[in-house]
Amino acid sequence: MSDAVYQMIFGRLTLDALPLHEPIVVATFGVVALGGLALLGLITKYKLWGYLWSEWFTTVDHKKIGIMYMILGTVMLLRGFADAIMMRLQQAMAFNGSEGYLDAHHYDQIFTAHGVIMIFFVAMPFVTGLMNYVVPLQIGARDVSFPFLNNFSFWMTAAGAGLVMASLFVGEFAKTGWLAMAPLSGLDYSPDVGVDYYIWALQIAGVGTLLSGVNLIATIVKMRAPGMSLMKMPVFTWSALVTNVLIVAAFPVLTAVLAFLSLDRYVGTNFFTNTLGGNPMMYVNMIWIWGHPEVYILILPAFGVFSEVVSTFSGKRLFGYTSMIYALIVICILAYLVWLHHFFTMGSGASVNSFFGITTMIISIPTGAKIFNWLFTMYKGRIRYELPMMWAIAFMLTFTVGGMTGVLLAVPPADFVLHNSLFLVAHFHNVIIGGVLFGMFAGINYWWPKAFGFKLDRKWGLVSFWAWVVGFWTAFTPLYVLGLMGVTRRLRTFDDPSLQIWFVIAGIGAAIVAVGIAAFLIQIAVSILNRDKLRDETGDPWGGRTLEWATTSPPPHYNFAFTPVVHDLDAWHDMKSRGGKVPAEGYMDIHMPRYTGAGVILAGLSLVSGFGLVWHIWWMAGGALLGVVGYAIWHSFDYDRDYYVTADEVAETERAGRVMAGA
Amino acid sequence: MLTCPCAPATRLATLAAASLALGGCDMVVMNPSGDVARQQADLILWSTGLMLLIIVPVMVLTVVFAWRYRASNEEAEYAPEWNHSTGLELIIWSAPLLIVIALGALTWVATHTLDPYRPIGRIAAGKPVPATQRPLEVQVVSLDWKWLFIYPEQGVASVNELVVPVDRQVRFRLSSSSVMNTFYVPAMAGMIYTMPGMETKLHAVLNKTGDFEGMSAHYSGAGFSKMRFRTYSVDEAGFEKWVSRAKGAQGRLDAKTYLQLEQPSEDDTPRQFAGVEQGIFSRIVNMCVRPNQPCMTESMHGMHANSGLPQPTNNAVRPRTPPAFDRAPGEDVPSPRTDAAGKGASSPARTGSGAAANRETPTQKGE
Repeated sequence: MSDAVYQMIFGRLTLDALPLHEPIVVATFGVVALGGLALLGLITKYKLWGYLWSEWFTTVDHKKIGIMYMILGTVMLLRGFADAIMMRLQQAMAFNGSEGYLDAHHYDQIFTAHGVIMIFFVAMPFVTGLMNYVVPLQIGARDVSFPFLNNFSFWMTAAGAGLVMASLFVGEFAKTGWLAMAPLSGLDYSPDVGVDYYIWALQIAGVGTLLSGVNLIATIVKMRAPGMSLMKMPVFTWSALVTNVLIVAAFPVLTAVLAFLSLDRYVGTNFFTNTLGGNPMMYVNMIWIWGHPEVYILILPAFGVFSEVVSTFSGKRLFGYTSMIYALIVICILAYLVWLHHFFTMGSGASVNSFFGITTMIISIPTGAKIFNWLFTMYKGRIRYELPMMWAIAFMLTFTVGGMTGVLLAVPPADFVLHNSLFLVAHFHNVIIGGVLFGMFAGINYWWPKAFGFKLDRKWGLVSFWAWVVGFWTAFTPLYVLGLMGVTRRLRTFDDPSLQIWFVIAGIGAAIVAVGIAAFLIQIAVSILNRDKLRDETGDPWGGRTLEWATTSPPPHYNFAFTPVVHDLDAWHDMKSRGGKVPAEGYMDIHMPRYTGAGVILAGLSLVSGFGLVWHIWWMAGGALLGVVGYAIWHSFDYDRDYYVTADEVAETERAGRVMAGA
Repeated sequence: MLTCPCAPATRLATLAAASLALGGCDMVVMNPSGDVARQQADLILWSTGLMLLIIVPVMVLTVVFAWRYRASNEEAEYAPEWNHSTGLELIIWSAPLLIVIALGALTWVATHTLDPYRPIGRIAAGKPVPATQRPLEVQVVSLDWKWLFIYPEQGVASVNELVVPVDRQVRFRLSSSSVMNTFYVPAMAGMIYTMPGMETKLHAVLNKTGDFEGMSAHYSGAGFSKMRFRTYSVDEAGFEKWVSRAKGAQGRLDAKTYLQLEQPSEDDTPRQFAGVEQGIFSRIVNMCVRPNQPCMTESMHGMHANSGLPQPTNNAVRPRTPPAFDRAPGEDVPSPRTDAAGKGASSPARTGSGAAANRETPTQKGE
């Protein structure tokens, strides 16, 4: 077969793309393949394919989609953490002339993949998953505004994750750092497939993120229970609203900047090239105009979780609800006015730097106000130290330190010596682990009983908690110190042997975090095994205050048999204190959306198209893209999209739920 | 510098404990040898102090409230409906506001004083810049993956070796040949980016003689980790001596040597050039070192008028990697940069040309 024909069929994909000569990757592939085969085998053996397809993959139920997001986040956490461990090992080894065990080709992919995966495919699925699960329940809705779109959004995110995973075994990932800064990410300096994998993984997942943002905004604005004015909305829902406004306003910028980069790479335009009128600074500006709001997209839902958790476990109304909401809105606006603080060192003038430094500091005011509000919610409360509350306390102590180092970095002359240093790396892990991840663990422990009807095991939860907290501080305190010793980030080898001890300590910290992750997985497994003992039959195990606790656990697929009527903030607490009862008769038919496989098919085709684009297999890319468009049009003629749950069925479901609740 | 005399690898545990008392090790950022970095370190301390005014009370209150209002403590007051206090709200918004006003004022002043583009105001605390002293100009170019320092007045240049006279203001003009890097000598002053086609500036001084570490702090590709250089701060006589030694070195930095030097390489040993071609830095910044390459300033005019200069096109003299759609089937143009990295051997982009895949990686060590 001639080269030209081969190229037409396979693009630039050859057998050399399989990293058979890299033993680490081969071993990883072996483990993943064996694990995957075992999983597929088990699913086949227990004949679960039909169940998975009809109950989960095709679901439009926001609760199941939320759970699938959380599973995706957890799986990708393992991958992202494996990258972290490899980096820690390399940096702890590469002293005294040793090259460590990773060459630049491999190491540079790892730190890029670690950042990309942790932000886009761990943190984002976690926050989106929690919002998906909780928001409709908190506002007394039956589902989100656009249930099919929700399913499609999830699968697009999963397809993006799939493309990143594919890069591990076919070809390579970007060697550019997680933001793929131009001109390094341009064709002249990164001609390989890595950056293309990066672009298309983020573009495909970005469609999902953006649409899920639109969906949740519409849901919150249009589908609140009667009586729930905006200022009676639970704080988590408020944080979700603000987060999704940020998503809808910020993600198109990412889409645009990646589109320009792909035009540079595919058709030879000069948006971000060094010459011919291209301007790499434009890339830096645009990526951070998205990138900074992204930080708040991750942290605001965590703030929402802590507001719910602190109030519930202190047995108290949230202190300063109104100022909490205004703080959220102020953060949302200011999030767009600080992007330049990511590159003070690129030679903007002193006045420009001062402006962005000061706006950055101003963000700390509403953030500080929120910390105080949680503090005064605890004040004169009766704090029960269930797992979610422990995560909240750990968050308050950890996050304040991260916030402080963040404000320090906002002072431009200080940033000149700390930028790109390990101090910076320690700072953002301090806020992302100490803020976002702790928030997600608080949220998972808090809402798990709602989602599955039984609590999570406390003992393993405590192991996970302490291992994460201790591990985090052990891993990142040395990085703060190293930053002050003038050590910068992304280095593969070191000259000065006196630094090694700090990297060894950081490595030990990472190992402790590994225990935390393992304990989290064991916690889930043990809880499932002991689910009868951990069963919560009330639907309200924590003495909750918001509407999600008003229905059974797990909630019926229609959430509420009767749409609740809201009179007060903390609607469920209000109903309980007025002795309100859920009526046991007078059910009516409920209008529900039908499950559909269209999301899986569209996202699957997008994945194929992305793969074709990465490898320049034009027939595949074009064909799959046509498939996407064609199938979407065809799907739009599918009028059989809804059905009614009859009143009798509702009565039956409710009676079953009530029997289980022992009422 | 980065050395920590208290750190024999055999006593790791003891050391770790000792070093945790910050200052046990020599933290170059907090204890630098140049006045600019000194002021930056002071600013870190001041800002941290200001913030601790609010951080410490918050952390203490968190622990106190968490303990005092634990459910098992029946004696603590319980006010489940208490959720608002105008006075408290006023404090929790205004206390951070006051700190930010103070910090903001400090930031404004310090950012302008320590603006890297601005000549330094003093050599050290209480020691103004002598009226007769002219700053030493050093032109810095980050190459793949090494540093080029040009001394236009002295007419010499060096690779991976920066020598400056102690207590004399240095005016750095910086650029890059290919991708972005950051010029960073922690002991001297904060970092500044070097960017292709752009020029940045940094003013700094070193107040102690010695041997300091310099590096690129922004990831720039496969050879990034070894993109380090030594910075020597020497007295005036020592500087003259170094210049005359450089003048005795072989080779002259002209367009031809530069284009060779620009080729990717790692771990280059320091070397000097006895002479420097006039205006080479300006041509580097304008990306027109290559003969017949129009300089950026000129080609911009060329777009507007029929100046007779070559029009910028994708077929410009500097070879560019053709984008996907411009490639004939089977044609693959590997990037010289990834070849030099040597690690791209698996790269599918170059499987079309076996010769390229087997090309040697001449300048790489330790493999």
